[in-house]
Amino acid sequence: MSTILQKEKLSDKVCRFVIDAPYIAKSRKPGHFIILRTDPKGERIPLTIASADKEQGTLTLIVQNVGVTTNKLCNMEVGEKLSDVVGPLGQATHIAKKGTILACGGGVGIAPLLPIVEGFQKAGNRVITVLAARTKNLIMLEKEIRRWSDEVVIMTDDGSYGEKGLVTQGAEKVINREKIDECITIGPAIMMKYTALLTKKYHIPTQASLNSIMVDGTGMCGACRVTVGGKTRFTCIDGPEFNAHEIDFDELLKRLGGYAEEEKAAYERFLASEKK
Amino acid sequence: MAFSKEYLKEQRDTEWRVNLRKQIPGKERTAIPRVKMPEEDPRERAKEQKKEVNKGLSEKQAMVEASRCLDCVNPTCIDGCPVSINIPEFIKNIERGAFLEAAATLKETNALPAVCGRVCPQEKQCEANCFYVQKLKKPAIAIGYLERFAADYERESGQIRLPEIAPSNGIKVAAVGSGPSSLAFAGDMVKAGYQVTVFEALHEIGGVLKYGIPEFRLPNATVDVELDSLTKMGVIFEKNFVVGRTATFDDLKEMGFKAFFIGSGAGLPNFMHVPGENYNGILSANEYLTRVNLMNAADPGYDTPVLRGRNVVVVGGGNTAMDSVRTAKRLGAERAVIVYRRSRVEMPARVEEIKHAEEEGIEFLNLNNPVEYFAGDDGRVNRVRLQKMELGEPDASGRRRPVPIEGSEYDLATDLVIVAIGVSPNPLIPAALPELKVSRWGTIEVDPETHQSSIPGIFAGGDIIRGGASVILAMGDGRRAAAGMDQYLKNQRTP
Repeated sequence: MSTILQKEKLSDKVCRFVIDAPYIAKSRKPGHFIILRTDPKGERIPLTIASADKEQGTLTLIVQNVGVTTNKLCNMEVGEKLSDVVGPLGQATHIAKKGTILACGGGVGIAPLLPIVEGFQKAGNRVITVLAARTKNLIMLEKEIRRWSDEVVIMTDDGSYGEKGLVTQGAEKVINREKIDECITIGPAIMMKYTALLTKKYHIPTQASLNSIMVDGTGMCGACRVTVGGKTRFTCIDGPEFNAHEIDFDELLKRLGGYAEEEKAAYERFLASEKK
Repeated sequence: MAFSKEYLKEQRDTEWRVNLRKQIPGKERTAIPRVKMPEEDPRERAKEQKKEVNKGLSEKQAMVEASRCLDCVNPTCIDGCPVSINIPEFIKNIERGAFLEAAATLKETNALPAVCGRVCPQEKQCEANCFYVQKLKKPAIAIGYLERFAADYERESGQIRLPEIAPSNGIKVAAVGSGPSSLAFAGDMVKAGYQVTVFEALHEIGGVLKYGIPEFRLPNATVDVELDSLTKMGVIFEKNFVVGRTATFDDLKEMGFKAFFIGSGAGLPNFMHVPGENYNGILSANEYLTRVNLMNAADPGYDTPVLRGRNVVVVGGGNTAMDSVRTAKRLGAERAVIVYRRSRVEMPARVEEIKHAEEEGIEFLNLNNPVEYFAGDDGRVNRVRLQKMELGEPDASGRRRPVPIEGSEYDLATDLVIVAIGVSPNPLIPAALPELKVSRWGTIEVDPETHQSSIPGIFAGGDIIRGGASVILAMGDGRRAAAGMDQYLKNQRTP
């Protein structure tokens, strides 16, 4: 059991939670994720840890309301308990002094990017972060990201904030301007695919953090398998970060839709039961 | 761990057993046919995920079956049992109607008799060693059915007797994982006076007994009663805790744990790495069974989804393959097919599971092997290419090696494929202990007697040392490791 200590609505569909999880707060590193269940009838979903406070024993999670579980979660209030939280899972980001880091975050992928930019800047790197979203109010955590970035470029599809355009356009401008030693990209699979194609063109080593479907998160089910460099890997124990230039993004995109029909039916059932 | 020959003889010579033997002549005993397990009707049961297939013996059936046992001078059946149950003693207790005594006898050496009575491959263990099979060439005493009967009787009587617990010695020990090996370990250690905490990564206790074995074979309620007994004996269960991640071994040592048992299982599903295997609708048996058993995905009241198929192909010939294919049938498959690369004789599944599967209308494509999968534009599998096989020379496992027949490929329509070709050791623990010695298969190497690993104070057992075995072998490991750890800790105290 884990209690919700704080809740803040970042936008229509996105909430920020602070939950108590003392062991995980102490042992987690940037790049790690947790699995949670809201209640005993709920499903297990993976969520990346946005930040943690060792002293307080708390984790910050950013949740985008996209299905049954995230909807349930976003409807929960301070003081309520999550029935299960387990972690930290996955391989931590390999943080070292590399030089200049280009960090690209899209939509809700900005949340897991936060601890990574923090880690890279603390390790003495110059960090340039490109944040992208459809529109202004979906750009989240800007203040926190600015704190750990030497420069922040903001891109919106509709031009309502920052520059009008895609993450790749913002990133390419930076690449053309100065030498980038490594790139990290987190966001929707399609965004990571195009970021990877861009950096491949410029021979910039790139890591992408994947959001595969998972059940247990400890290597047991294999739902999260992904082809990297022609080999099947498990996102939960081998990842979630992989060499973006070797990921089969087309397969990943299809696999992310592997339960689309079942998820849609479950969501409709859920919304119908909410109305009652 | 096993009882001495003298002790067994002493027990055999107690008055009630001597008298019982005299009551019925041996010839009459051996003339009684082996009992048939009452079962649910195959057509009805194949519609229900949670209805147990075997209904269990009646008191009368159990007593008659128990009277078949000749109470041999040399009970070879015990040698076939990985946890050395005192088989004649419990069976003779059933014969005289002392069912609770029979249950108590089982619990002397087996923490989970109601589980083992249901899932052990008795035909390869105790029953294979039975005098009836060895000498009389007749069907063995139904030891498994009788074990289940006694355990169920005790549970249903509400008079569950807890084993004696030694006074607490205040020493904290931990088990990693909560499957059968850890539960057997925990039972023995708590009896010996240790403070035992069992850490489990998932949100349920029981490991494979909960996420793997379906309820039509092993009801969760049966497992829960056995877990409840362990809790009453003082075992502490800690869920949602990944040892090595949530806290390191060093953290736990700081918290006072003096020794560890690793029973983290073989939680990594194997795939065949044939083309198309990552299409949607192709999943591991672990994923499929976990969704249905642990997450209750077949129940619309639960949130976890599960893929349903009309033409389901299950690859493999073990118990997990049978569990998967029978689950698919229960979830509405019109056609549910086992594809296995060897023949029926080599199938590792329990004989009873194969029989039940056949009765439920499961098709068997033995001597077939998938070589490629195909999918529609939506990425969902729609076809599997199978290649026919023949049996060649025996391989390292002693079974005849399957050899592909060139040019025999043909296609089979399918919309759901479940891969049940085995599992590998879960790498999480070895990754958390870099100095731990592991084999090239990723199994933890242990001393075969004490079960101590290359790191003093860390013991291991079950699938993490075997790579994928059975509930009862895991339990035997847990018991040996408990004895090994007890000795280790005693040596620590008296340098």
